[in-house]
Amino acid sequence: MFKPLFTGTAVLALMAGTAMAQEVRVYNWSDYIDEDLLAKFEEETGIELIYDVFDSNEVLETKMLAGGSGYDVVVPSGTFLQRQITAGAFQKLDPSKLPNLDNMWDVVEQRTEQYDPDNAYSINYMWGTTGIGANVAKVKEALGEDAPLDSLELVMNPDNMSKLADCGVHFLDAPAEMLPMALKYIGEDPDSHDPEVLAKAEEAMMQIRPYIQKFHSSEYINALANGDICVAVGWSGDILQARDRAAEADNGVEIVYNAPKEGAQMWFDQMAIPVDAPNVDAAHTFLNFIMDAENMAAASNYVYYANGNKASQEYLVEDVIDDPAIYPSEETLNNLFTTTPYPQKVQRVVTRAWTKVKSGT
Amino acid sequence: MRKFALIAVPYAWLLALFLIPFLIVFKVSLSDTALAIPPYTPTLKDGFGALIDGLDLENFWFLTTDDLYYKAYLSSLQIALLSTFLTLLVGYPMAYGMARAPEEWRATLMMLVILPFWTSFLIRVYAWVGILSNEGLLNQLLLWVGVINEPLTILNTNTAVYIGIVYTYLPFMILPIYAALDRMDDSLIEAAEDLGCSRLTAFWLVTVPLSKNGIVAGCFLVFIPALGEFVIPSLLGGSGTLMIGKVLFEEFFNNRDWPVASAVAVILLLILIVPIVLFQRNQQKQAEAEQ
Repeated sequence: MFKPLFTGTAVLALMAGTAMAQEVRVYNWSDYIDEDLLAKFEEETGIELIYDVFDSNEVLETKMLAGGSGYDVVVPSGTFLQRQITAGAFQKLDPSKLPNLDNMWDVVEQRTEQYDPDNAYSINYMWGTTGIGANVAKVKEALGEDAPLDSLELVMNPDNMSKLADCGVHFLDAPAEMLPMALKYIGEDPDSHDPEVLAKAEEAMMQIRPYIQKFHSSEYINALANGDICVAVGWSGDILQARDRAAEADNGVEIVYNAPKEGAQMWFDQMAIPVDAPNVDAAHTFLNFIMDAENMAAASNYVYYANGNKASQEYLVEDVIDDPAIYPSEETLNNLFTTTPYPQKVQRVVTRAWTKVKSGT
Repeated sequence: MRKFALIAVPYAWLLALFLIPFLIVFKVSLSDTALAIPPYTPTLKDGFGALIDGLDLENFWFLTTDDLYYKAYLSSLQIALLSTFLTLLVGYPMAYGMARAPEEWRATLMMLVILPFWTSFLIRVYAWVGILSNEGLLNQLLLWVGVINEPLTILNTNTAVYIGIVYTYLPFMILPIYAALDRMDDSLIEAAEDLGCSRLTAFWLVTVPLSKNGIVAGCFLVFIPALGEFVIPSLLGGSGTLMIGKVLFEEFFNNRDWPVASAVAVILLLILIVPIVLFQRNQQKQAEAEQ
């Protein structure tokens, strides 16, 4: 009963595909590219670019697992990519269509291999760390001159948090990053998949929960920049964008970003081609365009995230390449940790713990 | 034959837009999660035999093992009931005023009630974020007037959820009540007053009972969607706002557990069947009374 329907759609899609061969549909994170690059791509290749954005890995994953998303290029983060590869959501890249692969940076490739062995399914777009953004003046007012701006003590120690509560603290609404951070603070393995160890992370979070104003993954950029809150646990580039917005507004707000000295989570956003992508050739053309050294540099210069493209580094502005918050020193780099995806049973434990942390029940 | 065709249309509608989608969701609720496309097993591709063998009630059993679910259902019921009551409290006087307004104004007033629908629901809920936030319009106004010294925290609390639901569903309450009041014969009130009723008693003894059908219809039209509401609590509510719509979203997106998410949805529907049947009865009675 369903089969003829599916075949019919496939034929239609095929016909549509041949009629408009020159298009590519890209699904990327919001605020994550220099829009000039999109126009440049269309101009150089003559391929029409349809560019949509999302704001959470979960939304992307649900689209990928439902199938038939219609996108040609999508950008999941490492752990999500790994799970979706296992589910059969992506197709292997064709290196012969990607001459710019030579530009990629082995340091990053070695790390993304744990999610995508041999980097067969994906290329790195950007990477960054999860850390602490602070309004320097307000935090020092609350905690004194020697406030631990670069330490998890600032956000995980209930004493400090109780003093910061009045000026406002936001945490990411991302359990897969917040629980590992809590584990790092209490000295456990941040990548633990053991429900008993994860319970300890929940306990540590419950101690500071009363002092957290909001769990949200994007509002903190504006809230930090406007001076509405004094501390945000968030993604490096987002906090740096808040820093620059505050500087541009000249409102006396000074924001700093620090990857916690105890160790910070490092994450990778990877570009991949869905298994049922309608325009596979155009998708490769897009990936190759992104891997061009100057194009990739333009993207990083715009969004303040580091990329996995070695050749692009000579085109990066000093603000980006020389900022240790974006391109960490060798020493900090060794201190960063990565995590692996939770199996289904553990995922349930993690989500449940997070619901408890957020709602108290 | 003509009669059959007349009945067939609404039933075909129900079959295509209610029963088939429900059966699909129900089937998924009996499956197990899998790391695949789609993320559950068995699917129709596995053949009919395997499909039947692979289905069980495990997910429904799971819902009883964690008190999160029943707490979320209860808290949704509470929020839906209270906000239906509040909507009635605000909506009735408005409908009454409209029905009592001079004939030539009524079309305009009706227009004003319907006008918000011209803007997207999502945008209107977002507008409340701007009104209710700490630096929002409401707090600015209250601070300026001098009623308060410190901004009130309304956004991200249950209060904001109530405001959002009452605002959003108000037209659904006003329109049926207005329709009932509009049809009412004014001479009945005059008769009641001639027989010695005060205006207030006449209102309670004559107007309210005659608008009962409108009240019941309005309450169901607000209660039913409010119970499963997702957008309003996620935009206006805080992390402490527990509603079944949010739990369903988390099961579906964060846990990638379509089967458990479907089980949550099936239970939600079962809870709603009681009011829906009552609503249908009420509509039918009303239709019969009019004939």
